[in-house]
This record gives sequence, structure tokens and C-alpha cells, in this order.
Amino acid sequence: MTAPVVLRGVSYAYGEGELRRPVLREVDLTVEEGEIVLLTGPSGSGKTTLLTLIGALRAMQSGSAVVLGEELAGAQEAARVRLRRRIGFIFQAHNLLGFLTARQNVAMALELDGSLSERARQDRAGELLAAVGLADHTEKPPARLSGGQRQRVAVARALAAAPGLLLADEPTAALDKASGQEVVQLLRELAKSRGVPILLVTHDPRILDIADRVVAMEDGKIVCTTDTGETPAQVVMTKG
Amino acid sequence: MNHVTPLLPWAPELNGAAPAAAPARPAPAAGEAPAPRQAPPPVPPARRAPGFLAGTFLAIRLAWRQLRSEKARLASAVAGVMFACVLVFMQLGFRAALFDSATQLISAMRGDLFLMHPMTTASFRPEPLPRVRAHQALALPEVQAAVPIYLAQATWRNPADGSRRTIQLVGVDTEAGVLDFPGLAPLVDALKRADTVAFDARSRPEFGDVARLLAERGPFEAQVGNRMVQVVGLIEIGPSFGADGNLVLSETNFRRIVKERVVSAIDLVAIRLQPGAEIEATRARLAALLPADVIVLTQPELVAWERRYWEEATPIGFIFAFGSLMGLVVGMVIVYQILFSDIAGHLKEYATLKAMGYSNGYLRRVVLGAALILAGLGFVPGFVAATLLYDVVGAGTFLPLHMDAERALGVFAMIFAMCAAAGLLAMRKLRDASPADMF
Ligand SMILES: Nc1ncnc2c1ncn2[C@@H]1O[C@H](COP(=O)(O)OP(=O)(O)O)[C@@H](O)[C@H]1O
Ligand SMILES: [Mg+2]
Repeated sequence: MTAPVVLRGVSYAYGEGELRRPVLREVDLTVEEGEIVLLTGPSGSGKTTLLTLIGALRAMQSGSAVVLGEELAGAQEAARVRLRRRIGFIFQAHNLLGFLTARQNVAMALELDGSLSERARQDRAGELLAAVGLADHTEKPPARLSGGQRQRVAVARALAAAPGLLLADEPTAALDKASGQEVVQLLRELAKSRGVPILLVTHDPRILDIADRVVAMEDGKIVCTTDTGETPAQVVMTKG
Repeated sequence: MNHVTPLLPWAPELNGAAPAAAPARPAPAAGEAPAPRQAPPPVPPARRAPGFLAGTFLAIRLAWRQLRSEKARLASAVAGVMFACVLVFMQLGFRAALFDSATQLISAMRGDLFLMHPMTTASFRPEPLPRVRAHQALALPEVQAAVPIYLAQATWRNPADGSRRTIQLVGVDTEAGVLDFPGLAPLVDALKRADTVAFDARSRPEFGDVARLLAERGPFEAQVGNRMVQVVGLIEIGPSFGADGNLVLSETNFRRIVKERVVSAIDLVAIRLQPGAEIEATRARLAALLPADVIVLTQPELVAWERRYWEEATPIGFIFAFGSLMGLVVGMVIVYQILFSDIAGHLKEYATLKAMGYSNGYLRRVVLGAALILAGLGFVPGFVAATLLYDVVGAGTFLPLHMDAERALGVFAMIFAMCAAAGLLAMRKLRDASPADMF
């Protein structure tokens, strides 16, 4: 059985020729079934780039990335679009569609599934919003929700299509402490109960406790993996 | 985690199934254990994307929700489409009206067949043909009657204010009953008297309110050329390009006004056939019988001949086609602007949709859907406004402006194409919505 995310020797560089700047160097990373992995590291270390590669938002350059069983190296755009449908994304900004209600925003993730009726989509969007504690706010547009509420709608949307993997990039960066905590706790609970693995990029030391494993990056390399299991912080250094 | 056969493809409890089911691929770089060669695990049903129609419906609904959310922008887009729509309707309306009015005199002449000189370009500038051709036509048994028609222009003095204008004279043996105009029948006897004319009630008002004068005083004197004639009644023809008004009078009276005209030079011959005679067959026999200085035409052909002169030998057709095109271009620019700024203002949202797995094709359908919604929303009020304007402008200009289904459909197709073109142009902006830049 393959883990949801298996990266082997993934390298990536921006720019061409003279301007070519490597930002990922030979990254190896595995995210297991149901595991919650936090990715930390200084700004500019390549975390976001890594996440966009795993999320099939960006074409691979070298190395191998098997995500949800699909090899991304050399994958066509159409294959990547299909894979994205099986991944839930949570962005730093909520990126909800302003002209849709909370329920319609969540339903957008379900409209990619032709087997659902309009009714089923609406009901399921309602259930998910209830699960993130927004049962009373389903018909409000994002503009009438608080920052934390919007991010919770984004969580519901990311989970709506029953993804095999959740990717989140600094989901708490735009939130105050309390609502940030609330959102990640919610994320953890929902992911755990559904067995969805999460790869979450964060700078926020306050949320490290939700992780099963913390992976640190520096200058395009994974420098240290901290297992936050029962055994007290066990550090595994990897060769660059 | 243990996965059972999914009952509901979207059940959240089953979402680990996909990676489990996919065959593992050996990583080329790292020498890790390759995929275990076990019996392949059951492949979960791939999530079925909505069919094309269902997907298009959802795309158009999304487009509508987006358009609806910004009322002011929607209103200006609809106003732009409506403007283009009215402009095109007016241009096409004027064009058709001018061509129709150009041929009004010819259209009002009722006859089975006509003889005309092939070099005649338009009725107001006829090339004369020998009067004897009318008699020659009678040689065919199918021809019941053939009457010469004289056409000329003369000046008419407005009986109310004395101003002078050019008016079209139609001289014909009205008694023969070959050439008919609406309203002519009761005047036939009166027109036999010397110096009498029938006045076209639909002539432009600059000729004077002849209808009112007739009603008040009965037949009255008016000056045509250098002669005083008596207006004995009204017929209906309508103004055309070549003539703002018309008078119908007998051959003899025509020659009294147009003295320089030789009797043997006529402008048209109207032919009435025996009841039951085949028009087409007779036409062929007439053409064979008569020399090459005449052509034989049916009435619709005569109208088409006249119309072709106005369409081809004058810039009128081009002017209105150009006007319509300008309307469409302006409308397209407005719609493009609106769609473009809609996309530019929602790049993040579009990129988010792409990150969620929406294809470019789907997003293009959203943009095209928005364009077509604007086409529909702009066309309906544009159609209503144009219909009202036709009545108002038609009454003011004496042009026969009428809305018809064919033109409405044609304009709808043009507006639709205009909006679609704007949508296709605006779509290029979608490329800027890059999901890779979302995080
Ligand atoms: N689209 C891009 N084009 C060029 N350089 C980029 C682009 N995105 C990121 N970078 C550069 O790549 C490096 C890694 O960026 P990023 O992956 O966003 O790091 P992090 O998320 O860890 O802050 C940074 O130096 C950044 O300036
Ligand atoms: Mg980043």
C-alpha cells in the first residue's frame, strides 16, 4: 500500500538560464495514511513551492512525486486537474467566492462530482458547515462572516469532496490567536475522524501540538523531522 | 485503516481508498523497496465528472450568480448590449425602409408582366422604348391588353403656400384597367376629363395638405409644370427616393404637361394576360417575339430590378451595413470590458476554482455563459425599444419602418455572436488565473 504522499528526490528551480534559482533540492518526504504533518521553516525555504507541487498545481521538474497513487512527474495538465479534485486545499486567504453564500461555496467543491444531485450537494454542504460549527450561517456571503468563520467555511469546502489528502498553507496566518487555534483544532478533529492525512505549512508555533510529525525545511532541503508521538521529541536528521 | 467497498462514492470514511488502490510506482532515484507485487487492490470508482450539459448548466448558473452580485456592473453591461441592439435594429430598419420606399412606385403598379428598356436603371430615370412594342405584344393570344406608361418629373406648386417641388408623373391609359393603383378605380371616369390628376395621398407633407383641401372644397386647381390641372381624387403610392410625391394622370393629360415628350417614346409597358394564361410561359414567348430593346419582367422582378439599383449603384447599403457593424463593435467592446474586469477582479477566485480541480474548459464556459446571459438580457429591452422607436421614427420620417420576425432573429443572432466574440476575447484573461500562485 502506497502512502498518500511519497516524494523522492524532488528538485525545483524558478527562472531560466542565468536567473535559474533552485528552491527545492532533492526533497524526500512521505505522508502516511491519516497522518498530520506540519511543515515549518524560515520564509523562502521552499515550503509553498513544495506544497504546490504535491497539490498538482505546478508541473514537476525532476524527481518523483506519487500523490494519491498518481505519479506527478511528467503528468499531463488534464491528469493534474483530475488529481486536484481528490485533494482539499486550504489557503492562507480563505479564497471563498464573494458572490456565493457559505453553502454555495462549499457546494462548489461538490459540483465536480456528476453523481450528486443538486439536492445532495446542498444537503452535504449543510452537513459540513454544521460540522465546522456554522449551521446558522449557511446562507451568508463571506462578507458577512468573521475571519475565523470564513476560514472554517474554507475547511468545510476542502473536506466537502471527501479528499484523500488535505493541503494547507499557513491557514492561521490571517487569523487572531483564538480563531486560529479553533480552526486548526477543527481541522485536526475532522481529518482524524475521516482518516484524511494533512500536510500543513505553518510558521505558527502555537499549533505545533496538532501534528503527528513536524518536518523542518531550510534552503530547499528537509533538515529535520520531529516525531511528536508519545515518545518525547525524537529528532531524525536527514542527509541533504 | 481498513477500507470496505464504498457504498457512497463520496462517503468521507472511505477517502483513504484512492491511494491504497493505486498501484505503487518504484521511485527511480531512491533505492527503496518497489511496489509489492500483490493482487491489485480493487480500484475505487473514479469520481465521475458531470456530463457536458450538466456541467454547462452549472457553469452558466455560476456566471449568472456572479453577474447578479454586482448590480451596477450588470446594468451597464445590459445597457451596452441594449444600445448595440437598438443601433443595429435602427440601421437595418432604415435600410429596409429606404429600399422598400425606393420601390414604392413600382410596387404600387399592378400588372401581370412589364416591358422595359434594358438600359433603364431606375424608374425615375427611364430609358424610353418604342411605343410600337406595346402593340407587338398584343400579337400573342395570351396577352389581353398592353398599355404604355409614361414617366416624368415635373414641378408641383403647393396649393397652400405656393412653394414648388418636384413630383413624379405617371401617365397611363387609366381606363384600360391594366395598371392599377390602390384607390384608382373610382377615379377612372374623372381622370378622362382634360387636365385632371389623381394625387398620391401618401406624398410628403411639403406638397400641401391636398387631402384636407379635397375634403373641404372638392376637386380644386393646382399648378403642375406650367399648366393648371384639377386634382380630382386621391390614390396611394408613397414617397420614394426618386420622388417625394406622385401624380397619376391619363396619357393625354400627361402629354399636355410634358410637351417635349414624343408620343412614340414610352417608358414602360404594363401587360394584362388572359385569365388562366401562364405568366412564365408567356414571358418566354414575349421575349422571343420582341426585339432586344425590351426585356420582359414580372412585377416582383421589376421591383427587384429597381431595388438592385439602390443597393448596388448607391452607397446606401454600405452606409447602413457600416452603421450596424459600428453598433456591434461598440457593443462588443462594452461587453468585453465588463467580462474582462469581472475576470480581472476575480482572478483569485478563478485560480481557486482551478486549484479545486475545475478545468479551463469549465471556466471558459462560465465566461461564455456570462456573455450569452448579457446577450439575452440586453436583447429583450433592445427589441422592445427598437419596436417603439420604429413607430415613432416611422411616423416622423414617412419611412415604412416595421419590426418583423426575420429581422428580430437576425439581430438576435448578431448580438449573440457579438457577445460570444467578446467572451472569447475576455477568456484570454483566464490564463492569468494561476493556481500555482494561490498559496
Ligand atoms: N513564482 C515564483 N517565481 C520565482 N521565484 C519564486 C516564485 N515563488 C517563490 N519564489 C521564490 O522561491 C523561494 C521559495 O519560496 P516559497 O516556496 O514561497 O517559500 P516559503 O513558502 O517557504 O516561504 C523564495 O526565495 C521565493 O522568492
Ligand atoms: Mg509560503
